[in-house]
Amino acid sequence: MTLILLALLLWAAGWTLNATLANGPARQSRAVHLAVPLIFGITLIAMWELITRGADVPTVILPPPSDIAVTFGNNLPMLWADFVQTILKGALSGYIIGNGAAFLTALLIDRSDYLRRGLLPLGNFMAALPIVGTAPILVMWFGFGWQSKAAVVVLMVYFPMLVNTVAGLSETTGMQRDLMKTYAASWSQTLTALRLPAALPFIFNGLKITTTLALVGAIVAEFFGSPTQGLGFRISTSIGQLDLALVWAAIVTAALAGTAFYGLVSLLEKRATFWHASQRKH
Amino acid sequence: MTRFIPPLVGVLLALFALWYIAVVPMNVQDTLTRAERAGVTVTPPSAVERRDTGALALVFGNTHALGESWSLDRPRLPAPHQVVAELYKSTVDEELNGRRGLARSGSLSTRGLLHHALITLNATALGFLIGTGLGILLAVGIVHSRVMEMSVMPWAIVSQTIPIVALAPMIIVVLYSVGVQGLLPKAVISAYLSFFPVVVGMVKGLRSPDSMQMDLMTTYSASTRDRLMKLRLPASTPYLFASLKIAIAASLVGAIVGELPVQKGGLGARMLAGSYYGQTAQIWAALIMAAALAAVLVWAIGAAERATLKRMGMAQ
Repeated sequence: MTLILLALLLWAAGWTLNATLANGPARQSRAVHLAVPLIFGITLIAMWELITRGADVPTVILPPPSDIAVTFGNNLPMLWADFVQTILKGALSGYIIGNGAAFLTALLIDRSDYLRRGLLPLGNFMAALPIVGTAPILVMWFGFGWQSKAAVVVLMVYFPMLVNTVAGLSETTGMQRDLMKTYAASWSQTLTALRLPAALPFIFNGLKITTTLALVGAIVAEFFGSPTQGLGFRISTSIGQLDLALVWAAIVTAALAGTAFYGLVSLLEKRATFWHASQRKH
Repeated sequence: MTRFIPPLVGVLLALFALWYIAVVPMNVQDTLTRAERAGVTVTPPSAVERRDTGALALVFGNTHALGESWSLDRPRLPAPHQVVAELYKSTVDEELNGRRGLARSGSLSTRGLLHHALITLNATALGFLIGTGLGILLAVGIVHSRVMEMSVMPWAIVSQTIPIVALAPMIIVVLYSVGVQGLLPKAVISAYLSFFPVVVGMVKGLRSPDSMQMDLMTTYSASTRDRLMKLRLPASTPYLFASLKIAIAASLVGAIVGELPVQKGGLGARMLAGSYYGQTAQIWAALIMAAALAAVLVWAIGAAERATLKRMGMAQ
């Protein structure tokens, strides 16, 4: 009981601290912008710990974060193997193939108005469909290895990326294209000098959206069959053994991988599109 | 609109043609085994040898024995007409003629696809409502409280980069062990997936009135409540609908994935069952049902969007 009271007190203290920081004199500073969400996150985790221990929540329902951290630390080699299997082999290879194929298709479509008008509505439609549903079919075709996961990821990332790239390629204004025409620029010169740079913000938007989709595809596909490693496999088998701490450790791994993956693409975007309005400092 | 239809039909026809062609190499092993049993000579003659031969080589070596490619019982890739037949059998035929169908028993057959689609639809809709409601509430809170914005918003953005679906089986099993089962666990996952697009979109939308409009509210000495009800919420409508379209699609994915761990019906359960028993046509039929469901849901929100924006005088 005291632990639960302590949790409530901690919540009040954390919130008050954040309120004073956020409304205080230093509210525009970088440090405060970093500190406030951190304090909020730490408060939540501390409350989770105190409440699960205070109310004796069975670990098969919700293990305390300290247990999860210990499990994570103890199983690092296994989780690393899962990471390699799911993220590097399944998600990353599918991500590269899918986005590459979508990019090439977009270039192809771009040359033909007929194809653009035919494929674009279809692409928009497909981008809204629950494509994860193809996972059982693809697992049946490509086996339990990483290839089937990569195939699911390819299908999941292809259409959002296609739609974004096509939108990006039509981003230039008539004036700019006319200028290229007066320079007697060929199609490929116009593409590399004008249209691809103009499309970059859209392409990166597609790349960022598809990072999460790639991980979701790779993990869900493992629920339908996988070798004896991989994050999706770990999650589904550990649930069967009611080892919730390990499930959470696998989820933490997936979350860290997802955030790092997204961060990496955003970093690339910052480097590549520093000139774009959305990247400039105000 | 008419500008798009001929190319779209062309592309779709091309895709179906490709599908029919792809059926042949995908199913060639089974087709040749059946042909061999029927007494046709195939090269190479034994199944073991054929297993090690490439699909294309088999197709071109046995062009005379491929007749059954499109009518196998358990094909690796069913032909489009087989999928349509399965769809018909498990919807119209099952309901009209089946022992447990709508016509005989007065309720949807538990073996039919419509029953499962309805289960998924219920979870999707409930989750979507919960997620959207909470999302709008949180967005209103974020816009009005600086502390809330600074504490919650970064986490809302980070959470977008996390494969949340990984949590699905755990949520189901945990809620199941607490005694909650049926619709709610799946709806929780749907709500979770549809929650963040709505928060992010609505925060943008509630902030969309420019300073001129906000100044006007100040000169009217409007209260915070009036500002919200008369300026911010109406101004956020286009943003709301844009996020709702994303949210409903995410919600459907959540419901389908939520149905995988507990086999209590729904399109996700149907897919998994099909994958266990090698009923490919059943998986494809469930997949097409899910696609149709997604299309109808997104279309319905689009229609609501057009009608609302038109009434509000905001349509382009």
